[in-house]
Amino acid sequence: MAPVKRKAPRGEVAAQAVSVNDLPWLVRHDAGRCVLCGACTAACTFGAIEAKLPPAGASAAEREARKEAGEDGRPVIVQKAEAAHACTGCGMCEKVCPAGAIRPVRNPDNRWAVLSRTHGEPARRGGRGGRSVVEAPPRERTLDAVVIGRISQMTDPALDSERHTFELRSPLGRLLRPGELPLRVEDGRLVLAGETPPVRWIYPVIFSDMSIGALSTRAWEALALAVAWLNEECHLPVRMSSGEGGVPTRLLESERLRYFILQIASGHFGWNRIIESLPRMKADPAAVLIKVGQGAKPGDGGLLPAAKVAPHIQAIRGVPGATLHSPPNHQGLYSIEEAVQKMHLSMNAAFGFRVPVAVKCAASATSVAVYNNLLRDPYHICGGFFLDGMLGGTGAAYSVSLEHTGHPVVSVVRDCYRAAAGPGLQGRIPLWAGGGIGMNGDAAADAFKLVCLGADGVVLGRLLLQLLGCVGNEHGRCNACNTGYCPVGICTQDPRLVRRLDVDRGAQAIVDYMRAFDAELRKLLAPVGNSALPVGRADALVATRRDVADRLGIAYAC
Amino acid sequence: MCRIGSIKCREAVPPSLALRLMLPQQEGHDNSGFALVMQDLEGAFSHYKETPLLSLATTPEGLRLVADHMAALGFVQLAQWVPEVDNRAGLNMAAMPRYVFSNYDWPEVYRYRGQKDREELLLDTRLALRRLLEEHDAGYVYSFWPDVLTLKEIGDPADIAAYFRLWDDDGRLVARNIVAQCRQNTNYGIVRYAAHPFFLQGHTLCANGENTLFTRNREFQQSLHRGYTGFESDSQCLLYTLHYVHRELGWPLTYYKHVLTPLPAAEAASREDGEVLGLIRESLAQLEINGPNAIIGLLPDGKMLACCDAKKLRPLVIGGDGDMVAMASEVCALNAILPARDKEKDIYPGERELVVVDNGLELQRWLQ
Repeated sequence: MAPVKRKAPRGEVAAQAVSVNDLPWLVRHDAGRCVLCGACTAACTFGAIEAKLPPAGASAAEREARKEAGEDGRPVIVQKAEAAHACTGCGMCEKVCPAGAIRPVRNPDNRWAVLSRTHGEPARRGGRGGRSVVEAPPRERTLDAVVIGRISQMTDPALDSERHTFELRSPLGRLLRPGELPLRVEDGRLVLAGETPPVRWIYPVIFSDMSIGALSTRAWEALALAVAWLNEECHLPVRMSSGEGGVPTRLLESERLRYFILQIASGHFGWNRIIESLPRMKADPAAVLIKVGQGAKPGDGGLLPAAKVAPHIQAIRGVPGATLHSPPNHQGLYSIEEAVQKMHLSMNAAFGFRVPVAVKCAASATSVAVYNNLLRDPYHICGGFFLDGMLGGTGAAYSVSLEHTGHPVVSVVRDCYRAAAGPGLQGRIPLWAGGGIGMNGDAAADAFKLVCLGADGVVLGRLLLQLLGCVGNEHGRCNACNTGYCPVGICTQDPRLVRRLDVDRGAQAIVDYMRAFDAELRKLLAPVGNSALPVGRADALVATRRDVADRLGIAYAC
Repeated sequence: MCRIGSIKCREAVPPSLALRLMLPQQEGHDNSGFALVMQDLEGAFSHYKETPLLSLATTPEGLRLVADHMAALGFVQLAQWVPEVDNRAGLNMAAMPRYVFSNYDWPEVYRYRGQKDREELLLDTRLALRRLLEEHDAGYVYSFWPDVLTLKEIGDPADIAAYFRLWDDDGRLVARNIVAQCRQNTNYGIVRYAAHPFFLQGHTLCANGENTLFTRNREFQQSLHRGYTGFESDSQCLLYTLHYVHRELGWPLTYYKHVLTPLPAAEAASREDGEVLGLIRESLAQLEINGPNAIIGLLPDGKMLACCDAKKLRPLVIGGDGDMVAMASEVCALNAILPARDKEKDIYPGERELVVVDNGLELQRWLQ
């Protein structure tokens, strides 16, 4: 229903009117320091501020005072009192102001929760979940209550993280049980006598599935550049998932496709180009990832608002310029077994059974059942189980999904590992965990703890955007990835905004972080005396909270 | 420190020789015991080499329970040796009331069964006896296998030797292969089953060190084979891996080392057999060890083996004089029993080496 507009007579209170104090952020402007350059209003992508002449004073005395101060006729920056132009706290105004005259401040008295659902439309946003638009204390994460408590002290030697040789590789692909290996003894040696599923040994980090479309092409390019550099110059075989939305043809037909995981999600966006490129591919992709769901909006398909479906996105996805909402399910799939037979098999066949095919699901109370079933797939064609926890980020989701649906990833990873370990099936289908990894900046610690709990590797997403310059956080700052107005040019297709992102510096920041990550991971392996990833070595961990210890089956320490 | 040792000899030797091998290695506090597995027996057991020998430490009630159980299964006792113990006061050890070593004839139905069936029967019987004794808190069963005897006790090794009169060398307890361990007790909750060497279907193993991937090994092994049980010690995993690779998978012995400590991936990939090595590693990653370990093993056919972890963080030395080969954590042990050997020929196995001694005392050094 269209809102009824009625202008209140001067001096009368209109209950429905919006004032700036109803909005989540207040813009503080110091007129005394302002140099009137206008940079802040130009930088604000949300149109939250404007330059205005102040209203004439009510009294003759005030008019006189302003004249004496030389401020008569001088404009000031004011915040618009409109929900559609609410300040997101991104702070670009502060960033560009040469005089330090302006900054956003959090507004604890805001009424945003009710204002953001207008016109019968559910509220949408990007970023991570966390009830975060109103000021909230940071959520305590399970991994923060877990520490690496089994240190090699005289029982066995700790290693030297800087001099010892470490082998940090994780599998992606279906691993056979020893009895299933096609090996034959010949002259005292084992020889191969059959085919085995493809397995890639890669760095225990995968860059998450963020599509071209959700990200600007330049941001996607920065990630891809970082991946190539990490592989070719840093000897860190990190892989990157394309996300749902296709891959540039030039990359599809390049040798470097081997660094990329092609994602197929329920909208199948981008797959026309992929299929057309198949005959011209010079290298196999690292893997194919069937996306069934994602942690930030489980049970919901991908969402690309019309504002971001620019002409080049239409071309790469093969779609018209409209909001693209992928279905919640892959059409025609109705069970795990059937998904394995249809989807996994056809994806395996498409690449001649040379490329591992993995599946990504939102972490769920049903994850163990799914994993159990996949582990028993007689065709050995599921090459990875990606679990995406509820703290995963997104380019766009309904707020209600972000805040109220999903499952933390830590206990699900542990449960899946233990379910597999019961019948000795651990390690057969690699477990990759994502969703909130590195939220506090310590991705290496998060990764190591998850590995000890049973994950083979981790998936990073939001953290990479933050390294590119994203200012969004879990406490309600920015998170406007869905609007097309990303103030740092990462999650927008507006060419003027995209120019704000320096691709090379962005890629450099990611490479530098990953090099630090690698050093930090060694720093965690060394004190427990392991030179390879101790997948499932939960005895290396202790929990500082009893409930966490009990749930994860690790020792409690206080 | 924890220390291991073994002797392989042309002529059968008494346990006193193993004690002379082990005691010089003792350093500092030590009270966790002495244990040995003897294989290829002579003396009191020389007439019963083909029949399974049960090694028990038990209570009178346990003895009754075992006798009833064995009778029910159709095993017929052929011989029994009960050591004459020295019960003098002041010995630092926790003795069980009865130590019994009995040879049994096969049950009637197994007389004409194949070797494989018999081996499964022996394992099932030992596991059943173990459960039975545990239920009644009535003692321990260590091995049940032809021509293999196990003796374990907790306490001061010298006192244990005195208690069993192992210094007497009366000729009744002698064997061509002896694997022994003494260890510093870092865990006062120790149980007898945690004492090395461990035994499973003809495979014996003892190890020095800490298996830092114990949890991972155990979680994989406990569903792999019914005999992979107990896990009172992290080193049992090393025996189970040996048993799995050598007996269950039937792979050549050299692959034991490949499974325990795989080559770095890049190095393996560049080899001719890189694909096979890669597959083995992928498939058996859960059996890798990544901690400091030195390992001595003994196989059903009498071959003795030694290897170390990939970082070579625990010592191991092998020496011999033509009639005897001995392995030990420290060279002082070899000096004690083989003073005249050519020390230049001592072998300190490298981090990629597997040493195998056959029954002709010929050494094979195999590099990964």
